[in-house]
Amino acid sequence: MPKPKAMNFQHPIGEKPKNIWPTIRRIFFYMREDTFLFCFIFAAIVCSSAAQVIGAALLQYIIDDFILPLAQNYNEDLQQGFIKILFYMGIIYCLGAAASYTYMRLMLLLSTKTLYKIRQDLFHKMEALSIHYFDQHTHGELMSLYTNDTDTLREMLSNSVANFVAASLLLLGVFSTMLVFSWQLTVLVILQLFLIFYCMKKIGGKSRLYFKQQQNALGQLNGFIEEIIDGQKVVKVFCHEEHALTDFSKLNEDLCRVSTNANIFSNILMPIMSNIANIHYALTTILGSILAIYGILSVGTVIAFLQLTRNFSMPITRISQQFNTMLSALAGAERIFRLIDEPPEEDQGSITLTTSDDKRNTINGDTTCDLSLFSWKIPHKDGTLTYHPLTGHIEFKNVFFGYKTNQPVLKGISLQAVRGQKIAFVGSTGAGKTTITNLINRFYDIAEGTILYDGIPIKKISKTSLRQSLSMVLQDTHLFTGTVMDNIRYGCLSASDKAVIHAAKLANADTFIRHLPQGYETDLTADGINLSQGQRQLIAIARAAVANTPVLIFDEATSSIDTRTEALIDEGMKSLMQGKTVFIIAHRLSTVKNADMIMVLEQGTIIERGSHDELIEKKGKYYQLYTGMFELS
Amino acid sequence: MIRKLLPCLGTYKKYAILTPLMIGIEVLLEVWIPWIMASIVDHGIQGNGGIDYTVKMGLLMIIMACCSLFFGALAGKFAAQAGIGFGKNLRTLLFAKVQEFSFINVDKFTTGSLVTRLTTDVTNTQNAFMLLLRLAFRAPIMLIGATCMAIYVNPHLSLIFFAAIPFLSIALYFILVKAHPRFLTMLKNYDSMNSIVQENLINIRVVKSFVRENYEKQKFAKSAEAVRSAQFFAEKLVILNMPLMEICMYCCIIAVLWFGGSLVINSTMEIGELSSFISYIMQILISLMMISMLMIISVLSRASLGRISEIIDEHPALHDNKAGYAAPLNGSIEFRDVSFAYDELSQNLVLSHINLNIKAGETIGIIGGTGSGKSTLVQLIPRLYETSTGQVFVDGKDVKKYRLPALRDTVAMVLQKNLVFSGTIRENLCWGKKDATEAEMIAACKAAQAHDFIMQWPEGYDTNLGQNGVNVSGGQKQRLCIARALLKRPRIIIFDDSTSAIDTATENKLRKALKEQVQNATMIIIAQRISSLSDADRIIVMDDGKIDAFGSHQELLQTNKIYQEVYKSQQKGVS
Repeated sequence: MPKPKAMNFQHPIGEKPKNIWPTIRRIFFYMREDTFLFCFIFAAIVCSSAAQVIGAALLQYIIDDFILPLAQNYNEDLQQGFIKILFYMGIIYCLGAAASYTYMRLMLLLSTKTLYKIRQDLFHKMEALSIHYFDQHTHGELMSLYTNDTDTLREMLSNSVANFVAASLLLLGVFSTMLVFSWQLTVLVILQLFLIFYCMKKIGGKSRLYFKQQQNALGQLNGFIEEIIDGQKVVKVFCHEEHALTDFSKLNEDLCRVSTNANIFSNILMPIMSNIANIHYALTTILGSILAIYGILSVGTVIAFLQLTRNFSMPITRISQQFNTMLSALAGAERIFRLIDEPPEEDQGSITLTTSDDKRNTINGDTTCDLSLFSWKIPHKDGTLTYHPLTGHIEFKNVFFGYKTNQPVLKGISLQAVRGQKIAFVGSTGAGKTTITNLINRFYDIAEGTILYDGIPIKKISKTSLRQSLSMVLQDTHLFTGTVMDNIRYGCLSASDKAVIHAAKLANADTFIRHLPQGYETDLTADGINLSQGQRQLIAIARAAVANTPVLIFDEATSSIDTRTEALIDEGMKSLMQGKTVFIIAHRLSTVKNADMIMVLEQGTIIERGSHDELIEKKGKYYQLYTGMFELS
Repeated sequence: MIRKLLPCLGTYKKYAILTPLMIGIEVLLEVWIPWIMASIVDHGIQGNGGIDYTVKMGLLMIIMACCSLFFGALAGKFAAQAGIGFGKNLRTLLFAKVQEFSFINVDKFTTGSLVTRLTTDVTNTQNAFMLLLRLAFRAPIMLIGATCMAIYVNPHLSLIFFAAIPFLSIALYFILVKAHPRFLTMLKNYDSMNSIVQENLINIRVVKSFVRENYEKQKFAKSAEAVRSAQFFAEKLVILNMPLMEICMYCCIIAVLWFGGSLVINSTMEIGELSSFISYIMQILISLMMISMLMIISVLSRASLGRISEIIDEHPALHDNKAGYAAPLNGSIEFRDVSFAYDELSQNLVLSHINLNIKAGETIGIIGGTGSGKSTLVQLIPRLYETSTGQVFVDGKDVKKYRLPALRDTVAMVLQKNLVFSGTIRENLCWGKKDATEAEMIAACKAAQAHDFIMQWPEGYDTNLGQNGVNVSGGQKQRLCIARALLKRPRIIIFDDSTSAIDTATENKLRKALKEQVQNATMIIIAQRISSLSDADRIIVMDDGKIDAFGSHQELLQTNKIYQEVYKSQQKGVS
């Protein structure tokens, strides 16, 4: 059953991915069409880093082999060489800058394209998932795949990868040059590396711990804010503002404490790193000088080494920064792929709806909405086709069902509904009323028994066709961003404006819609917030009316409408229900009184059935309910 | 916009001032270090300073690095304290502001958007502020420091910078100016893509039952494509920054090598100075890049900042009359020519010219269709909304002349949207009266017909409600809300369709108990069922913002058409 829907949801920062390599391979897979482009990008990154390494080496070369000798004794040839080498250096630098621009530009192209594909896959899979999946995951959890997780992935694709590769190459280049120059001084470098890794582990670990605490505290505070603001009107009515503020401050203080700690640790990492590098430089000069004095190293080598030392620390910090981003991006990507890998809603039905006049043409949603023109197309094993008229006859045969395997919600439900009949379900919360209707359209699949639609087991009907032959008005109506017209037309995309208005009239929604500022063209934003719940309900009924299906399901559709308006809708619904099979779930007994058949549900079984008068006469549970001797909870 | 938020620093101001100071020292040391490096090379290793000089300068450098580390760490600490503290105060400011909001302000923003502003937007702003605090001072200090050092080392050579800096600054500036609107478009597209996802999550059953998956996929594809192209369009400008800076840096290096090299050759400059010069090039250009990054961050966080300052700028639609009267004692109510519109400018009157007189102790029923103005009418009594024209009187005094807490404590109201908060039942009841005794609570719950079901739960009054708590049905929730309101011991009690989920038998008991509990209190009941109003002395029939009729059940049944209609529709089928 639906869970609370927390919109503010964040995965803990610093969560590590479980399977790094498969995830990376997967991301590459998205770029498979652009393998060439990717190779080109990689080459450009190598060029750009190489330009940096060569540039640094050339710098040293120019100083050692041209400027210093020239300073000692001037010589025309050397001067010419100096100019020449500067010229080459300029060319290498230009190539380097061009390569940087090239890889950044192409990477941007590739990363935005890849993200687009991943988003598409994500959304497509989301649309294909079963309702069961949505029951188990909060909206916030799913939403964060589109926001947080794709954002970090974007960051990784467009920045980190290139940065990481470039810095690694640079590091490798510098380090091997260092080894060539002097192994003694390189030992010092390795010691520095150990110190850096130690600090990163120590401080990074602390900071991760505090960040986790911060995430918890933030979650609590945001939960509190959500609850109080949602109930802001209650707060006002009870003059509870002061009290709310006190509670708020407590949570806010908590957050502030852990959050400050978390950020202190992450903020001090940078100065520590860069100053370790400075200290290392100083130590290298001292050691280098001593080595030079004892003649173990030449002065030039020491100077060259010092220059390399300067180039060494920057890529290290760059790598350590990118590394964290990449890890959390991969963790995010893993979550995204986990959703994409979810099995879609099963659909093995082969029986479809076709128009009677053109039996080859199955409907794909948009051609026509007049379902009286349709019939079932049944393919047989021998390849032949037979046709069966669409009437809207629903039958349950001994149906068992539970959301969890060992907790049955419905136990042995059997019932029949034929065209033109109005079937009502009453019963307490949790008795299984809504569940019954969710089984007809196969939001959930039954465990045992059969449900027949026009005599065909619904498992054999393709879900698309099955759902096209039903329409539902649900308990909570949420609308889509768009005009009122668009929202009603959702029931049948090909409906003309006239048909939409006709449907609205049928549902008695026309009057209030005309009173809206722009009538049918009024834009509804943010879940139709400018409409009352009752008005939203009316639009939902109109939406079902425009779909014009042989079976209609109203799940507490009129619960937020006052009885007078309900009476008006009832009038409209009468014509809407003409010649249709109708299922009604209602809390208010007045709504179901004129049903042809009322089913009283209790703990998953039908304990009473019959018309209003019959049930009253029976003096059973329904009678008790009706006369107010019993309460529905 | 930023100036408006600065007071949020509050007691954390000292950290906000200390941070740039520490950063200043750290950066100065950082700028100084290349010069020391140069001295070591020039005078120690190469020159005649010898090993002593090298060791001395090496130790000096270690000391400086330690100092730089110390101040850098302090700066990081202060920045965290100032940034997080700022976030905390900002959150408090906003939360307190929302607490001041009247219903009309809440309606205007909608609760969903208020929640986003107080959560996501505050977090974004806080992070941006912390980054700003650390970079906004570092970058210019480093720029100036490195330039000064470069001039100090060699004034002639530093002329190169005076060509490079303006060139790079102007180029970065133009990129930013052009990129700004593109980023805004990107953010807008991004928002609308997310709202499609959100709508699909909320409406997944609708999408599936109308088989509109493909339609939604098309909608999403269009939106995702818009995001992709907008992002590409915006970022393709920003990525120009990096190669531009590289070009600048490389040009400077070559220029320094050429001109500096000549100086070294002519023995007017030392070789170490030359390499320190190259370090300064890096520092200067990096600080320019930092500044341009700052600009991008500020563009990206401007949206959040804008949404936050909208809350700060919002004027609470009504003000407490602090010097006003204390609580009313009797509970008579009068409406004098009251009209009301949610939007001041709109002609759409929700209530028009209401005149009404309710005597103290009367029980009044209100009936009417969706949107007829019933709820609005009663919400004017505890001054949850302010009338547009006309006046509402309680005990013969204009409601505006009471102190708000006093008025609202005397006028209890059970809202249509029933909410209990997470916490125990006891905590929820305490909303009505903070120091309510056990006996008072039980009495209120008994009257509200809630005591029995509460006692059925294993933990009774200490049962936890909310996310991890028990599942409370609609009817139970309504009764808890009624008990909560009763604890106030109000003079006027208003039920805004708050018994709709309670069955008739329990409702009867509830009504009887209420009569005993709140003797002499004025009671107003909005209901959809006429049967709920059988105790009412008089009933108001509302239609389209006007009072259609006001009289006893019998009178209305004889004279009022709407009332007859409702009555008939509800009696149908009842024997």
